[in-house]
Amino acid sequence: MNYFDRFAIPHPSPAIYAAMVAIGLTVIAILLGLTYFKKWSYLWREWLTTVDHKKIGIMYLIAALLMLFRGGVDALMMRAQTAVPDNTLLDAQHYNEVFTTHGVVMIIFMAMPFIYALMNFVVPLQIGARDVAFPRLNALSFWLFFMGAMLFNISFVVGGSPDAGWTSYFPLAGNDFSQSVGTNYYLLSIQIAGIGTLISGINFMTTIFKMRAPGMKLMKMPMFTWTALITNAIVVFAFPVLTVTLLLGTMDRLFGTHIFSMTNGGMDMLWANLFWVWGHPEVYILVLPAFGIYSEIVSTFSRRNLYGYKSMVASIVIISFLSFLVWTHHFFTMGQGPLTNSIFSITTMAIAIPTGIKIFNWLLTMRKGKIEFTVPMLYTIGFIPIFTIGGVTGVMLGMASADYQYHNTMFLVAHFHYTIIPGVVFAMLAGLTYWWPKMFGFMLSEKIGKWAFWLIAVGFNVTFFPMFFTGLDGQARRMYTYSEGTGYGALNLLSFAGAIVLAIGFAVLVYNIYYSTRYASRNISSDPWNARTLEWATHSPVPAYNFARTPHVNSIEAFWDHKKKKQPLFKGNIEKIHMPNNSGMPFIISCIFFVWGFSFIFSMWIPAILTTIAIFACMAHRSFEKDDGYYISVKEVEETEKDSEVLTDENR
Amino acid sequence: MKIDNSLPLEYKTEQNKLNILGFWIFIGAEVMLFATLFATYFTLEHRTADGPTGAEIFEITPVLIETILLLTSSFIIGLGVHAMRLGRKNAMMTFFAITLLLGLAFLGVEIYEFTHYVNVGAGLQVSAFTGILLTTLGTHGAHVTLGLFWGLFIILQVKKQGLTPKTANKAFIFSLYWHFLDVVWIFIFSFIYLKGMM
Repeated sequence: MNYFDRFAIPHPSPAIYAAMVAIGLTVIAILLGLTYFKKWSYLWREWLTTVDHKKIGIMYLIAALLMLFRGGVDALMMRAQTAVPDNTLLDAQHYNEVFTTHGVVMIIFMAMPFIYALMNFVVPLQIGARDVAFPRLNALSFWLFFMGAMLFNISFVVGGSPDAGWTSYFPLAGNDFSQSVGTNYYLLSIQIAGIGTLISGINFMTTIFKMRAPGMKLMKMPMFTWTALITNAIVVFAFPVLTVTLLLGTMDRLFGTHIFSMTNGGMDMLWANLFWVWGHPEVYILVLPAFGIYSEIVSTFSRRNLYGYKSMVASIVIISFLSFLVWTHHFFTMGQGPLTNSIFSITTMAIAIPTGIKIFNWLLTMRKGKIEFTVPMLYTIGFIPIFTIGGVTGVMLGMASADYQYHNTMFLVAHFHYTIIPGVVFAMLAGLTYWWPKMFGFMLSEKIGKWAFWLIAVGFNVTFFPMFFTGLDGQARRMYTYSEGTGYGALNLLSFAGAIVLAIGFAVLVYNIYYSTRYASRNISSDPWNARTLEWATHSPVPAYNFARTPHVNSIEAFWDHKKKKQPLFKGNIEKIHMPNNSGMPFIISCIFFVWGFSFIFSMWIPAILTTIAIFACMAHRSFEKDDGYYISVKEVEETEKDSEVLTDENR
Repeated sequence: MKIDNSLPLEYKTEQNKLNILGFWIFIGAEVMLFATLFATYFTLEHRTADGPTGAEIFEITPVLIETILLLTSSFIIGLGVHAMRLGRKNAMMTFFAITLLLGLAFLGVEIYEFTHYVNVGAGLQVSAFTGILLTTLGTHGAHVTLGLFWGLFIILQVKKQGLTPKTANKAFIFSLYWHFLDVVWIFIFSFIYLKGMM
């Protein structure tokens, strides 16, 4: 390929040119806006250089919501394309790119940052800590993820998007069958974001192990923190596998090795195995924090303590263990023999047991509870039946012999959307609504929130339930069109209608954020939901130092017992508080990583070498940097604490 | 900053303890990284296509030299940490410097080894086996290279700032990293070279 041909889009269409213009105009508008309103220094000081876990959480949230809409537009395009038989809205290549980017964006660049948004914001507060263990690394994690996401997103205007599916199976993703740079984008951008995630995993494990408030034993941690701990443990063990897998893929594509090729001894099945050794635990990286969020919400709004706390902890630990033993069920039909299939079939179905325990625990928490149907609780209650459908169809797919019948059909698509949407998206929306007042100091409108919930819940079912039928009828997934004689037309049209309702639901959610930002009352207490865990024991929004005095914990629900049984929570006097300084380094180094990734994608070796050196120079600079942080004085803390009605032990 | 004088320098502050635990977790991740590479290597070990096999290209002499260099360096850095705990700054710096020199020598032999492989027709692109062999060795080698710079910066910092809880903490964590590279090498030596030559 000629030098400049690599940068051109291999299959241009008017939509892509329109997107190019739109991206250009948006970037110019943002730059001009920032200059006109003189916000550059504010942006740099308060956000780009921040090391505050709460602000990093909010930035993760914004990025996740943006990516949700990008992935959502991909989804709408797919549903529109298959709405009627023999449709020509998209061509085959464009459709391949759309389903590939939809998968990658939704899993890696939407769901992952969403869980890290909530973890970042909530976990240090729930354990009564000032920040995470390594605040700067935390900022680095965010910016690496962000730059990875941006790199992935420019793929469809520079050089072409990946088109080999989000699993990017070789040899399809190899140079022979994917000649554009699309798969390079996939390999490098996920690599960069993945390094960020791995750093987060280490950071959060250390934080949760070492920085819990005095008295908070492991078995006294709130459920969300437990799930965060186990999730990050899975991250630390699974992400290095992804790192190596992507590295080997990059070696194959850029340096001509023969690891996943069909010639010279390469083994394409190795990619499938390595990918899913990471990919299956990834499912639980996404869903375990969701289980944690549901546990918090169910107990708050049933006004009861969580039923079966110990069995909940045991089940997440068992799930995390089993998650590493099931990866082969993703390719039962690729010829690995009956014995292997049987073993993986059994381990797969075994996961239903601990998951079932959790479902029953939530139901038993609600039993005899005084349930309040708030928006977070609606998502939680909605989740249970929908997720159960996803679970049951999962067991159907887990039976290797039956899987031969419906593998790679729309049945599979329906199944995993039935687990991931209630299991992750519902949970994130529930968690978002639940913790919103803690993040921003006002509540989201319950009325508009309920509209959004019903539109999303109904739209979701209308979109995905028909796929169970078309799938069992034999409609293959990833097919960009089908003929009229197949009879899939009516159900696919119904799916498209559902997708539109779903899209309207998300639009209502955005409207809710806009409406509540403008009109909601700022005069809320620090504990508007009458909740049970420590994060509600400080102000909303939370001051930079989180807690003026360290909380002392002696039960699972320390804050609840503090409120109801008058157990003292904060002891001692206010002391000066040590805080880390802001730093521009995480942002700068991540920007260099962006250029580094871009250079590798297009095999531009000189900038690749220069940026590699620059990255190590930044690390060296950081190593020599002297930075001991600063102190917030007692006077300042008292000043902040004065105008709040946060309950101190004296006036309670 | 609270300082607990009953502990060695590198464990003295709260942040030091966090750094050390965090680094152990990082080593856990590194174990997974190398385990994945090894698993891939064992899968592709005999898939040599028309290229050479391990038995044909492996030479025991450079590998033994590399092993001795790296194992000795790991022992010396242990002496360095011991000197650090006794508060002997110059001895510590000397031991660290020897460690890095041994590391540099290791890297030199490894570079010789790589050129040898390319010369005997076992380059990166020859077969699945050569590809994964050079990638696995290269990943370890890249870790050693990074370690050389890292260790150098630590020596410079100890020289400038003396033995403080901060520099001691950095030096101790670096020693963990260096020992880890040694452990990985033992696996490479046993399961790539010795097994390959049998």
